[in-house]
Amino acid sequence: MWDRAAETQPRAEREALQLERLRAQVARAARVPFYRDLFTHRGIGPHSIRSLADIRRLPFTTKDDMRRQHPFGLLAVPRRELARIHGSSGTTGKPTFVGYTAQDLATWSDLCARFLVAGGLRPEHTAQVAFGYGLFTGGFGLHYGIEKVGAAVIPVAAGNTRRQIEIMRDLDPEVLICTPSYALTIADTAREMGMDPHALPIRFGHFGGEPWTEDMRREIEDQLDIQAFNNYGLSEVIGPGVSGECPARSGMHIQEDHFLVECLDPETLEPVPEGEPGELVITALTREAMPMIRYRTRDIARLDRSPCTCGRTTMRMSRIAGRTDDMLIIRGVNVFPSQIEEALLRVEGTTPHYLIEVSRPGTLDEVHVKVEIHPEIFSDRMDRMQALCDRIGREIHTVAGIRAHVDLVEPRSIERFVGKAKRVLDKRGLTDC
Amino acid sequence: MKLQQLSLFLENRPGRLEAPLAAIAAEGINILTLSLADTAQFGILRLIVRDWEKAKRILEQAGWVVNLTEVVAVDVLDRPGGLAGALRILEDANLNVEYMYAFSLRRDDKAILIFRFEDPDRAIQVLLDQGLHVVDGDELMTFVS
Repeated sequence: MWDRAAETQPRAEREALQLERLRAQVARAARVPFYRDLFTHRGIGPHSIRSLADIRRLPFTTKDDMRRQHPFGLLAVPRRELARIHGSSGTTGKPTFVGYTAQDLATWSDLCARFLVAGGLRPEHTAQVAFGYGLFTGGFGLHYGIEKVGAAVIPVAAGNTRRQIEIMRDLDPEVLICTPSYALTIADTAREMGMDPHALPIRFGHFGGEPWTEDMRREIEDQLDIQAFNNYGLSEVIGPGVSGECPARSGMHIQEDHFLVECLDPETLEPVPEGEPGELVITALTREAMPMIRYRTRDIARLDRSPCTCGRTTMRMSRIAGRTDDMLIIRGVNVFPSQIEEALLRVEGTTPHYLIEVSRPGTLDEVHVKVEIHPEIFSDRMDRMQALCDRIGREIHTVAGIRAHVDLVEPRSIERFVGKAKRVLDKRGLTDC
Repeated sequence: MKLQQLSLFLENRPGRLEAPLAAIAAEGINILTLSLADTAQFGILRLIVRDWEKAKRILEQAGWVVNLTEVVAVDVLDRPGGLAGALRILEDANLNVEYMYAFSLRRDDKAILIFRFEDPDRAIQVLLDQGLHVVDGDELMTFVS
């Protein structure tokens, strides 16, 4: 274990630590005008937190709050104390930025080190990071976690799969870090290159950044002959490192000394019965730059407090079983259907009848945006029709940050709905919990 | 001097071409000529029919998106070089052909070329100036009846 004392701390002791940290965090949050106003309005402060259950007196924070406070409204420290700024993954339409102090970065590396070590990383290993490096937290988060453990990092970053494989062959890394779908792409590409993916040096992988299933895990393990570990995090609270799997691989251990995680009914906002699926609501207990209070992740999972065979005393969470909003994660990029609609609105005559179809024909997500043809946009000239498809594709890329196939379809071929239209058909089947 | 052409949007999958053709056939409308442009994903069917107004109404009522375009028909001798000669004239006048298709007549030893131009009026002027025979709708119907 990376931090045996913290990871195996008796529950009662940890809860006392959580309570102390929660009080301190409420005091820190009160420096942020956004939270100060909310606290004042409710007449609450650190003194209001007498037990962990009192967290329910605190207000929620949502993605919309973050957008309204963009870019630095949620900072609890002066800007000169920032050491790093990341952004929410992918979407270019409505950015949200997240600030870190030097201490936040140290905490983050430590949290990543915990799940990396739980999943087999040792100082003598070499790890290939095939996550994007940039505003996205995946690349840098894991990079510094690996360094903290004392292992060697190959920061290849995402893309250029053939080169990834050549580097693997030359440098013999034991560990692969990427999205689960990219792990399968690596296996496919190795076969295209005439190699047996089992012959690659990788022995285990840490995968995250997008939802996946147990079936996918089996596929990755069979195809690459490795052990695959799941981890979870989101940039709004820190990035990867909120939780991760141990060798038992029956849920991800939540780093409870740093995060207080609630599982609530998204309608009533009351806690769901133990073990039932609900929305994860996360309070970052130690973040200095942005003390996120009760952040509504919109991710649905189950919590499990039963003891784990690995000896860690922390609560575990299941895979993400879905979202409470309509957000899609396409190749690691967060996309809202409303962004596709916004893109279509920029091209006259393309709404109101459209459908977003998401599939995973091979290993990577594919998006087809079906748009019904309409007299206004139909031309007898093929060049104009192609230009229309290209233009829609460009607008989608600009607003949503993804490449989509644009399929023009015949009038009335998209199913009509009474009431709220169904705009998304997700055929990936990513919903086991 | 111009001809009315109907264009239809079709998805590129089995059976999609037959449906509109069957719809107009049921109403006794005969097709003089047609062309089909396609991508892997969709196609554009272009039709020349005698009673284009009726055909358009039938197709639109059946739910197709129909576009009306003015095209130019030229008759040339149905022999090697007939089309090339006409194209050279257009090229010399710097007239771009958006697309074209052709059919030959069973009698008269003639071929009919159907052209889609950005500016059909100017194209007609050039063709007439160069001594080509531009066929209007009524005349075309007498050729094929």
